[in-house]
Amino acid sequence: MNPLAAIGRAFLALLEAMGRLVLFAGVAVSHIVRPPFYPRVLLRQMVDIGYYSLPVVALTTLFSGMVLALQSHTGFARFSAEGAVAGVVSLAITRELAPVLAGLMVAGRVGASMAAELGTMRVTEQIDALSTLSTDPMKYLVAPRILAGFAMLPLLVLVGDIIGIFGGYIVGIYKLDFAPAAYIDQTWQFVEVRDVATGLVKAAVFGFLVSLMGCYHGYRSEGGAQGVGRAATDAVVSSAILILVFNYIITELFFAK
Amino acid sequence: MSGPGEPKIRIRGLHKAFGAKNVLRGVDLDVGAGESVVVIGGSGTGKSVTVKCALGLVEPDSGSILIDGVESVGLKGAAREAVNARMGMLFQGGALFDSLSVWENVAFGLVAAGQKTRGEAKPVALDSLAQVGLGPEVGELMPAELSGGMQKRVALARAIAARPDIIFFDEPTTGLDPIMADVINDLIVECVRELGATALSITHDMASARKIADRIAMLHEGRIVWSGPVSEIDGSGDPHVDQFIHGRATGPIRMAVRR
Repeated sequence: MNPLAAIGRAFLALLEAMGRLVLFAGVAVSHIVRPPFYPRVLLRQMVDIGYYSLPVVALTTLFSGMVLALQSHTGFARFSAEGAVAGVVSLAITRELAPVLAGLMVAGRVGASMAAELGTMRVTEQIDALSTLSTDPMKYLVAPRILAGFAMLPLLVLVGDIIGIFGGYIVGIYKLDFAPAAYIDQTWQFVEVRDVATGLVKAAVFGFLVSLMGCYHGYRSEGGAQGVGRAATDAVVSSAILILVFNYIITELFFAK
Repeated sequence: MSGPGEPKIRIRGLHKAFGAKNVLRGVDLDVGAGESVVVIGGSGTGKSVTVKCALGLVEPDSGSILIDGVESVGLKGAAREAVNARMGMLFQGGALFDSLSVWENVAFGLVAAGQKTRGEAKPVALDSLAQVGLGPEVGELMPAELSGGMQKRVALARAIAARPDIIFFDEPTTGLDPIMADVINDLIVECVRELGATALSITHDMASARKIADRIAMLHEGRIVWSGPVSEIDGSGDPHVDQFIHGRATGPIRMAVRR
């Protein structure tokens, strides 16, 4: 076998897959802005993505904030710079940890569930049934999920920001003996609107990506139960990779000198 | 509407391949207005693909499907939705939407097509459920709470709710016990007659085919090899039909089996 041919085939297959994904995303986004709209479906998805993901995002950011306070205190103590703990916690949470961790948690919870639900609908002919009932499945199933992911992840991250900073505060006050007023004052001094806004922009992009990958893999699922399982796995893995890649790209865009 | 003597559905030279596998190799089939045609044939002969082509769920490689004299192959978007709005489909597994209650499933097409609001569609859905022998209390249940036979009935109610001109039935009795299968067959005959609809069914259940068909067509290796009135099927003289209706392992139909 010619290794160059194999590399070429793999590259062409990659381009083909990227093309399919971009076309899928384009069609889905075009359906978001074109009537008819399905507000009940959208509301259900917003509740599912936003409300039901709240506990997992809250726990993740809470403990991340607490660990961050402990670790940064250990590090900064070597340079007698313990006072920077509050600032480091708040910057790290708002800029990076809350959006990335919330994105990854939602990818695991919602992305997999979307892929499994749409995959099951595909293999049980429910998607075909939608088409025969004068309903475009892309408009009814995919567009509301992508819009809900895009809209709800920033809200989740906003809550995650507050809880993560609160986690750092708890450790700072009860474990590291910071004065409450001083800790809060330092947090306010370090955090700027831009830091929070960047995190929210990241969250919106991650929400879009998680929903897109969940819908894409579920919608194209084939091969029965095994295919549905594969779709769920592919949705989570591809979402996680894209979240980390886009996290770098957005950080580069906003913060590179 | 189809003109005098013009079939409601006219399929000509329908070809479809999936990769190297040629599933349809030139299907020709006419279904007259108000007629009930059943396509029989073994598994993998292309029965479902033929119906899916007619519904626009699968794009044929070539060929023509005229509905009321109008070409439906290649229709997209609103044009396809307009054609599909006049059709009903009973899927093999029912294909009920898990996340919606039974009445919402039945009313789905009415609301989606903009014919009715949710409030207006509910009584129509309950009427359709009554037509298939299900009470209004069933309407509030979720599909997962129903038995296989009841799911088939709900799927039938959904297929007829919008009072379509054309109804497709994909293996309507698969997975049902013989008594429930007969109940479904009776309901299909009753509903199609009451609506005055044209019906195209696919099945390999000969009892079902004999009960619901005016005419039977035999599909083998992607082509219609015999077609005629149901009363003539036993004396068709076609070896494929003979082998199929008697369920013999030997004959011109070779199944892909490994020993």
